[in-house]
Amino acid sequence: MTMRTIKYYLKSFLFLELIKGLMVTGGYLFKRKITLQYPEQKTPISPRFRGLHAQRRYANGEERCIACKLCEAVCPALAITIDVEERDDGTRRTSKYDIDLFKCIYCGFCEEACPVDAIVETDVFEYHFENRGENIMTKDKLLAVGDKYEESIAANRAADAPYR
Amino acid sequence: MTFFEVVFYAFSTLMVVAALGVVSARNPVHSVLFLVLTFFASSAIWLLLEAEFLAITLVLVYVGAVMVLFLFVVMMLDINVTRMREGLMRYAPFGIAIAILLIVQMVMVVGPEHFGLQAFPVPESHAADYSNTKELGRVLYTDYVYAFELASVILLVAIVAAITLTMRRRPNTRYQKPSAQMKVLKEDRLRIIKMKSETIEPENKQ
Amino acid sequence: MEWLFSLAPDFMVDFWNWLPQWIQVLAENLLYIVLIMVPLMLCVAYVTYAERKIIGYMQVRLGPNRVGPKGWLQPIADAIKLMFKEVIVPTNSNKFLFLFAPILTLGPALAAWAVIPFFEGVQLSNLNAGLLYILALTSMGVYGVIIAGWASNSKYAILGALRSAAQVVAYEIAMGFALVGVLMASGSLNLGDIIARQEGGFMSWFWLPLLPLLAVYFISGVAETNRAPFDVAEGESEIVAGFHVDYSGMAFAVFFLAEYANIILIAALTSLMFFGGWMSPFGSMADHALLGDGTHWFILKTMFFIYMFLWFRATFPRYRYDQIMRLGWKVFIPVTIVWLVVEAVMVVMQVGPWAVDTAASVAGA
Repeated sequence: MTMRTIKYYLKSFLFLELIKGLMVTGGYLFKRKITLQYPEQKTPISPRFRGLHAQRRYANGEERCIACKLCEAVCPALAITIDVEERDDGTRRTSKYDIDLFKCIYCGFCEEACPVDAIVETDVFEYHFENRGENIMTKDKLLAVGDKYEESIAANRAADAPYR
Repeated sequence: MTFFEVVFYAFSTLMVVAALGVVSARNPVHSVLFLVLTFFASSAIWLLLEAEFLAITLVLVYVGAVMVLFLFVVMMLDINVTRMREGLMRYAPFGIAIAILLIVQMVMVVGPEHFGLQAFPVPESHAADYSNTKELGRVLYTDYVYAFELASVILLVAIVAAITLTMRRRPNTRYQKPSAQMKVLKEDRLRIIKMKSETIEPENKQ
Repeated sequence: MEWLFSLAPDFMVDFWNWLPQWIQVLAENLLYIVLIMVPLMLCVAYVTYAERKIIGYMQVRLGPNRVGPKGWLQPIADAIKLMFKEVIVPTNSNKFLFLFAPILTLGPALAAWAVIPFFEGVQLSNLNAGLLYILALTSMGVYGVIIAGWASNSKYAILGALRSAAQVVAYEIAMGFALVGVLMASGSLNLGDIIARQEGGFMSWFWLPLLPLLAVYFISGVAETNRAPFDVAEGESEIVAGFHVDYSGMAFAVFFLAEYANIILIAALTSLMFFGGWMSPFGSMADHALLGDGTHWFILKTMFFIYMFLWFRATFPRYRYDQIMRLGWKVFIPVTIVWLVVEAVMVVMQVGPWAVDTAASVAGA
């Protein structure tokens, strides 16, 4: 019997490796826990976070989107559908701007493509749908989201501006 | 009616019903389960007879191990019930004749004149510290030690024979050897070498 | 019972005496059974909580902490949830066996408590062949698993059942041999006697002379209860949930209860057979209320072994099936046989810690 076999048998019959493993988990039992109590505590969110979509307005209340369809073209998931129309005052506007949130992969390309910073992704990630069809973000809904979170949207853009 | 009698009649009824179930159940798995129930009931009756070692060994060996393997095999069987039932009527007279013969034999051998109540006095109950296990062990390892050892050797031979008869090594089958796998050490498979870190020479350095 | 009579009003005592004798026996035993079962089921519920909490802590998580203070009501919430869920019986399954299987798994795990001594003389039935009784009942538990697998009419379930059956049969032998060692050391099959033979503090318990058997017994116990790292019968990554894939609601809950009842049973048996049961580790302080002998020592030891079960689950990865079979047949059984021979020689030669016990038992016989 070689030294090696003896060593092997000693090691396995004394459960050396098993005890080593047990010690590791046993040690972690007393470590400080890193769990975050989610609804009460949250991890910090980067200004670049890509969450729920929104459409922004100018300070005078005019919607920014000019229906250039760049976002529709760039969208890799084909989640955006746009119809264009001339408004009564002669400007080019969208009559329909739908984002299907089931298709959307939150890549942020639409935001990158937009020449007027109209479509943006906010840092809102806690949303849900209760009925069929609610996954389609219509223009009204997008504008409403934009109105609601304008402050944080603007702050996030400003924070990220130096790196763009 | 004493508690003893209640238990006895409950378990003997159960045993008879289960035994009937073994032969009458259509599904073979049910038959096996009925057989388990029969063993269980009979072990309960043995307990009443203060034969606790035998009773528990019956459960341990037959119910716990043998019947598990039985159940195993029966579950794997693909039995065509209608095919089995073909020709039942043709063989029925023959079967009934054999059954009657068996019953007559059994009545003659274990009938009331040999095994009746009057042939056996009621066994007196033993003291509380009486150990059925100890008594059995003493008898087995003194008076009957020769027969006992012989039986165990025969069983061992039977096991070895069964294994050699059924085991065949197919030359082309690949299989793993867990023990060899376990014995592998880190050093056999992995060589850690020390070397200086390599850097890419800048091209314009001349 | 006498102190109960002294408390109860006369008409109740009269009523009791009027009852036929077998009803009296039945009622008395039922009372004791309830006295054991109710705390046991509570323990089972809280072992599930302990498991989630301890494994959580070992994984640097917090574990359940929402229902009640620190999550203490979590098992109750789980129980209520499972009770209100529908029990779905699969198509073409065998309905009676399907619903009977969980009961068959839980039954033996609870029935084994009949012979467990909680203190000197405090046990439901002082069976002389108590050890055999426990072996017989633990071997019964596999039926529930097999029947569940077969009655579910599902391939995953039957695969789990087959794995479990082969595994339990393999490890039962090693377990039985380990217990043979205990009975050789104690010279008795009676659990009360086995504990009595371990009198005299920590160093005189059976764990020391029977150390290899203790290891074999406890590991086989883990295998027998189909717990990690031997949980191939469930094997989530391979066969979904094994034998209980098709179970839901209360039928599933009963399987769950059975698993944890079995854990508690194996832990209790280990502490009885190798760690002196209710004996105090400080043998000389037998009269002290806390440090002396008492049920609390039994509970403490049992809790320690339950903790070991959970610790194993948090630490070890699942065994491969052929390695389980190898460990059972080719390692444990030879180890136990060798140690039994060693022990037998020691007993006959009257050497070491075995000498005293056997002398007593031979004289007693």
